Amino acid sequence: MTETLKPTNAAQVLEAVKWAAAEGTPLDVVGRGSKRGFGRAAAPSVGLDLSGLAGIGRYEPSELFMTAHAATPMAEIEAALRQNNQQMAFEPADLGPLFGGDEDEGTIGGAIACNLAGPRRIKVGAARDHFLGFSAVSGRGEVFKSGGTVVKNVTGFDLSKLLAGSFGTLAVMTEITFKVLPAPEKTRTVLVFGLADAAAAMTMAKALGSAHEVSSAAHLPPAAAGRSKVSYVGGAGRAVTAIRVEGPGPSVEHRCRALKALLKGKGDIEELHSENSRTLWREIRDAALLGLAADGAGGRQVWRLSLPPTAGPGAAETLARELTGEAYYDWGGGLVWLAVAARPDAGHQIVRAAIAAAGGHATLVRADADVRARVPVFEPLAARLGELTARVKGAFDPKGVLNPGRMYEGV
Amino acid sequence: MRMPEPDAGVIARRAEIVAAMRAIVPGEGVIADADEMKAYDCDGLMAYKGLPLIVVLPETTRQVSRILKYCAERQVKIVPRGAGTGLSGGALPMADAITLGLGKFNRILEIDFDNRCVITQPGVTNLAITKAVEHAGFYYAPDPSSQIACSIGGNVAENSGGVHSLKYGLTANNVLGLEMVLMDGEVARIGGKHLDSGGYDLLGVLTGSEGLLGVITEVTVRILQKPETARALLIGFAANESAGNCVAAIIGAGIIPGGMEMMDKPAIHATEAFVHAGYPLDVQALLIVELDGPEAEVDYLIERVESIAGQTGATYVRISQSDAERQVFWSGRKNAFPAVGRISPDYLCMDGTIPRNRLADVLKKIGALSEHYGLRVANVFHAGDGNLHPLILFDANKPEELAAAEKFGADILRYCVQVGGVLTGEHGVGVEKRDLMGEMFTEDDMKQQQRLKCAFDPGQLMNPGKVYPTLHRCAELGRMYVHHGKLPFPDIPRF
Repeated sequence: MTETLKPTNAAQVLEAVKWAAAEGTPLDVVGRGSKRGFGRAAAPSVGLDLSGLAGIGRYEPSELFMTAHAATPMAEIEAALRQNNQQMAFEPADLGPLFGGDEDEGTIGGAIACNLAGPRRIKVGAARDHFLGFSAVSGRGEVFKSGGTVVKNVTGFDLSKLLAGSFGTLAVMTEITFKVLPAPEKTRTVLVFGLADAAAAMTMAKALGSAHEVSSAAHLPPAAAGRSKVSYVGGAGRAVTAIRVEGPGPSVEHRCRALKALLKGKGDIEELHSENSRTLWREIRDAALLGLAADGAGGRQVWRLSLPPTAGPGAAETLARELTGEAYYDWGGGLVWLAVAARPDAGHQIVRAAIAAAGGHATLVRADADVRARVPVFEPLAARLGELTARVKGAFDPKGVLNPGRMYEGV
Repeated sequence: MRMPEPDAGVIARRAEIVAAMRAIVPGEGVIADADEMKAYDCDGLMAYKGLPLIVVLPETTRQVSRILKYCAERQVKIVPRGAGTGLSGGALPMADAITLGLGKFNRILEIDFDNRCVITQPGVTNLAITKAVEHAGFYYAPDPSSQIACSIGGNVAENSGGVHSLKYGLTANNVLGLEMVLMDGEVARIGGKHLDSGGYDLLGVLTGSEGLLGVITEVTVRILQKPETARALLIGFAANESAGNCVAAIIGAGIIPGGMEMMDKPAIHATEAFVHAGYPLDVQALLIVELDGPEAEVDYLIERVESIAGQTGATYVRISQSDAERQVFWSGRKNAFPAVGRISPDYLCMDGTIPRNRLADVLKKIGALSEHYGLRVANVFHAGDGNLHPLILFDANKPEELAAAEKFGADILRYCVQVGGVLTGEHGVGVEKRDLMGEMFTEDDMKQQQRLKCAFDPGQLMNPGKVYPTLHRCAELGRMYVHHGKLPFPDIPRF
């Protein structure tokens, strides 16, 4: 990178984007850079470093929202929420370590731009579902806003949805408002031991289809389970299927008992209490059970697949076999984290064929830059959607100056 | 309400357009007779009416595709329409536009309990989805009060809410996939039985787009297991402030009820006279708080809410002892609109959202406006998420009263925005709130939204005149004025 601009307020962001649009100079839009390796490798030469736009603006616990500058560290936000017994219910993953960085380096802007979600996705949604409004600078060099601070709002197009998961390709967000919710009083996790992947998918479907308000369901084959720091899981020596319930104390205890009764006979059963649950679900959330930290340079490549839950195990088993890798499952089987032996094409055609058969989408989350420059990182779009995607990009960033190529070539 | 000037050229070609439509949609699917078209002259916002050019009721995605392709080639406008229950005039016909009704898309296509989703055609009613899955203990969560009649396609177009949206989300949080036909006739599928998008979240932005971006021809929704049980409290207060404090205290205690509704005195009296739910008549404000979930949780939370009610000065508390009693509690609230319809020849239903802590303040303002305009008002309110429904009572036979009621409504919505809220929480902008958009958005904000419309519909043929007060040509919206060679910003730190 030859040059980096580091604005310290929204007016300077506007000035920088106006200049880039006038000159046709693409900008590499970055928060604190913790997920720099996420997306196609197409880094433009001029950086727009937003780390100076940090700090919580308005936080009103009883109104259930917070407004923060785009590059406010997640760690700062989480600390403020903890003081009021609240949380970001969508449980954004901390992907920094996956890309070789430190923990807790992410920003709220990055979490929204990547539409992060955690194990609670199946119950409460992803970043998109908690993103209430924003102020931003479009690639045209114009300030615009959308949404508000209230949850129930259908005034105009919901541009928040569009910006969530757009990887900075449509606009530079300067201020972000998101929903916050009470943290659960208590958490328990029911563990079922020794299930094969397909049986685990049916067991998770049974738990999720019950009235016991399961907030997360994951399945860890023996290798993944063996890496957990939670001794009940790490020391099990076999596969572990984990079902989480959260809420008021008496309710959680009751549901935990009910789930154990429901799943009786599927395999040996154990339960984790709040602290162990926190550790385990954080490991699951952050793709920390693939043992990637031990990989050296040129380590394994990582795919993230979103599928119909019952299709997860079949697709993952095939891919793990064909690409020499391993997988584990979140979202009741609908999310597959897959680590495969590094290869120049990241096995993308094999992965895409599996997606075509099952429905869903796959993202090459981790691979060397030269691989991510060659191989489609995001799910290739059907002809018509590709055209529409390009036109949407043009509506926000006609000169293509914001993170061009980060998602798709020419977008 | 000014609508775009009808295109006389299109109206002159009406016979030719009718013939073309009959070639695509056989039988009775093309309605050109003025008397028969009357059934389509308005939606749930009955203050505005008009006849369409013609009504077309296709039955297949292929027919929709051919209709739109024809219209795009010949510059004929389209007004998509679901069940016609919308409350903001989103389906208001235009004299030079085809009203495209999706009512014949009325089949549920697939129920997948293992993946917890239903694939349905858009004309199926909201309630019919729940009916189709309830034998297995499941339901579809968003429950707009019109759920017996409103269609799921319309719910997607409006991003409908309901009394349970505080806990279970709006339509946008419960839709997994769509098939839609774009204005040029191309069919696109987004999402499916899986979560989130591989690219831009077009599903998210289509939801709530009020028929401006595409015609929805198939919807995949997620279904949930019905809560084990539900109980409700009726809590009365001597002042609106206390009711507002109680709402804030419940949320502050970390409790998210399944539903939390409020009614003011006129609403309590009107509904009690209509359904005899046993509401107390000596209170200023009444809350219905419903807790749902496992029995152990509901019993525990009922006690906590009861204690909060006491601490915030409740003068009346009743807890439902049976499901029948819980439904009686709800009967008044659910019949608030017809109940108010009995005490006034006409009413306008507003739909602003405000920060919860401004509730008492906003009600005071509404009271003052009611005196100013000399019109009565009854307030019902999704208190949990700050979504206010003031019902302004008037008599349409007195022309000055409709105008006054509209002004009154606009003043309420302006005040909602002023205290940090928004113009519409769940009914949509449509034509009703179109001219108030400037209260919330700058010209640049609205132009950016309209550029998104141009990406989908460059000819602006789909539902024009709705949502945005000023129509700009897409070419004009796309133009950029750039000044080259200006200072590379001396103030920005560079590295």
